[in-house]
Amino acid sequence: MTEKKKYNLHSVTDRVHSGLSRRYRAEKCFRRFGVCAIGLSLFFLVILFADIMHKGLPAFLQTQIKLAVFFDPELLPLENLETADFNALLKSSCRALFPGVKGRRSKKSLYKLVSDGAAYELRKQVLRNHKLIGTTQDLWLIADDELDMLMKGNIARNPTGRFNQQQLYWIEKLEQDGRLRRRFNLTFFTSGDSRDPELSGILGALSGTVLTLLITLMFSFPIGIGAAIYLEEFLKKGRFSDFLEVNINNLAAVPSIIFGLLGLGIFINFFGLPRSAPLVGGLVLTLMTLPTIIISSRAAIKAVPPSIREAALGLGASPVQVVFHHVLPLALPGMLTGTIIGMARALGETAPLLMIGMVAFIVDIPKSFNSAATVLPVQIYLWADSPERAFTERTSAAIIVLLVFLVLMNASAVYLRRKFERRW
Amino acid sequence: MKKIMLMVLAITMLMLPAAMSRAGSLRDYIAIVGSSTVYPFATVVAEKFGKTTEFKTPKIESTGSGGGLKLFSAKAGVKTPDITNASRRIKKSEFERCQKNGVREIVEIKIGYDGIVIANAKSAPRFKLSCRDLFLGLAREIPNPDGSLTVIENPYKTWHEVNPKLPPTKIRVLGPPPTSGTRDAFVELAMAGGARTFPWLRALKKKDKSKFKVIAHTIREDGAYVEAGENDNLIVQKLLADSESLGIFGFSYLDQNSDRIQGSLIDDVEPTFENIAAGKYPVSRPLFFYVKKAHIGLIPGIKGYLAEFTSEKAYGEDGYLSDRGLIPMPSSEREYYRKVATELKPILSPSDFREK
Repeated sequence: MTEKKKYNLHSVTDRVHSGLSRRYRAEKCFRRFGVCAIGLSLFFLVILFADIMHKGLPAFLQTQIKLAVFFDPELLPLENLETADFNALLKSSCRALFPGVKGRRSKKSLYKLVSDGAAYELRKQVLRNHKLIGTTQDLWLIADDELDMLMKGNIARNPTGRFNQQQLYWIEKLEQDGRLRRRFNLTFFTSGDSRDPELSGILGALSGTVLTLLITLMFSFPIGIGAAIYLEEFLKKGRFSDFLEVNINNLAAVPSIIFGLLGLGIFINFFGLPRSAPLVGGLVLTLMTLPTIIISSRAAIKAVPPSIREAALGLGASPVQVVFHHVLPLALPGMLTGTIIGMARALGETAPLLMIGMVAFIVDIPKSFNSAATVLPVQIYLWADSPERAFTERTSAAIIVLLVFLVLMNASAVYLRRKFERRW
Repeated sequence: MKKIMLMVLAITMLMLPAAMSRAGSLRDYIAIVGSSTVYPFATVVAEKFGKTTEFKTPKIESTGSGGGLKLFSAKAGVKTPDITNASRRIKKSEFERCQKNGVREIVEIKIGYDGIVIANAKSAPRFKLSCRDLFLGLAREIPNPDGSLTVIENPYKTWHEVNPKLPPTKIRVLGPPPTSGTRDAFVELAMAGGARTFPWLRALKKKDKSKFKVIAHTIREDGAYVEAGENDNLIVQKLLADSESLGIFGFSYLDQNSDRIQGSLIDDVEPTFENIAAGKYPVSRPLFFYVKKAHIGLIPGIKGYLAEFTSEKAYGEDGYLSDRGLIPMPSSEREYYRKVATELKPILSPSDFREK
């Protein structure tokens, strides 16, 4: 110990050497720590994805059942085809499959194998092609969600559960006859919400999301960028600008539900805009994303070198010309990135929408900014809360759609930044 | 880039007045708010109604009974909801708020019953509970076991301590939070029912109602009762993962998961469709919806929606709502409310609230 001390006093190199191993160790330790942190987050990400994919991917397939449908002219009078009893048609086709079925109860459990939506499908086909009447056609129709769950192995095949002995026997028979198949679930992408899992789709929520985000983009992008330019380039620095800065930074951290309350108070109660409309949703999300856009746009403007401004001014440009001809084009990539990050946040919001009535059951696909609509995260929330078992996989499938949407948005942010980025 | 920005600005400016002016026009779909318990039934009716008539599909928000009635009673007119669903009857205070705010004529329609079940995973033995067991197991304060007329902090850790006939499983019940109507009904029916089995508490109820409520309606907060949120699917998932715990939720969730979970017997009655319909199962409650009469004719399709809801193929004994877990009313009551829905009378009046 004393010897070591003596060395240290004598030479600087020795002193460095003696501490070196400890410093290497510290560095190694820090690196390992970093690897661990990244590894852990990757691990959880993989678990999350694996879980969602595992649960959600089966939802993109849908079980179908082949029925020989006899389009009975007696049930389908040509004069009022619109209101004909297609349910009865469907039921008689089910009975034709197993002619031995007697009794109200067993008949009812037989009908349960086919979705209610199949009757609407028959109606559509007959209305499109009147020649079908009087013929017998082999048609693949949507199976009930419970049968779908059984085929996918989510419901156990034992008679004490959701299916009785008779139903299980029928299902086995259908399988042997090749009357059951799984096909791509087109319904999921072409229809709105439904209380029958097999008929529910994501299109309503998706178009609601697109409409809402369009409004958000249309308002928050020009207002946010205008505000950022004014604050950064024209407003005199002083108490007032400090006050504004603090407030904008604070707003960026306000819980989103508060913006929902604000939207309810101002847009719905004061301006009298309709509840549940993408217009109001978009405006509320605009309020929420504005601070994010303003902050990132200001940072982007700050990053433009002063030499560019000075050169433009020196050549006789007015301050407005300097900003719009020189600063703005250079700062735009950064602004776009900020905007898209803000939009991505808006995409995932449900809380503010709760207050303005966008958390609702909406079947019709929204077509205008005023029609009742809901958005993707709300649809996920609503499905997660539904009692029917088949909605579990649809919840995960909707999450996959949301993630794809999000990745597309973020990828476009990266692309735009690459495209317009200028280095000095 | 500049051009694009100018275009965006121009579109924004053009859009705003157009959107504002159109917003003032009449709504062409029915707007419904209210209970999350009625939501799964009302949505099915709405969807059928939208598919089979020329009217648009009604929009249904799940706001909870209280939240729905608040929106409903705020104002009359097309900007407010036409119908609110409730998993309990409208309160006197809510009715008075309606009257004050100009929502004068309200039609009340009862649609059926919902049972509240206490269930566990099928991998564990089925519980046989009484309301008294539930009260003693879950209340924050219980009557002193030494027989004196005082209450003590709930000391029980296992069901066996509550009632020697029960298994020595730890008391762990997953249930809804206080904002839920299911919780209100559970507390009112099961726990208060259990509290009333103590004669001195029953006497207390007559003498000092609020004091009784504090004892009978307060659930313990020491971890034996776990608030699992409004999502009943989540409770089912947790029950499957932990076979020792019990869960509280609506009958439709038991119905949909009958292959994995089982409902406990309450006072020796199993929570089955038949028992709840017959009124034998003690923890069940009626479900309602309320309609603004003034909106009929103003908003298209309300009468049709009422007719669809009260038709035999919907809320009848074999109707499609019973497939979803709604417990139908006796046929005479169904008949009565069908008449109410077509004639739109009687409207609610202050005399309907005299009892409470």
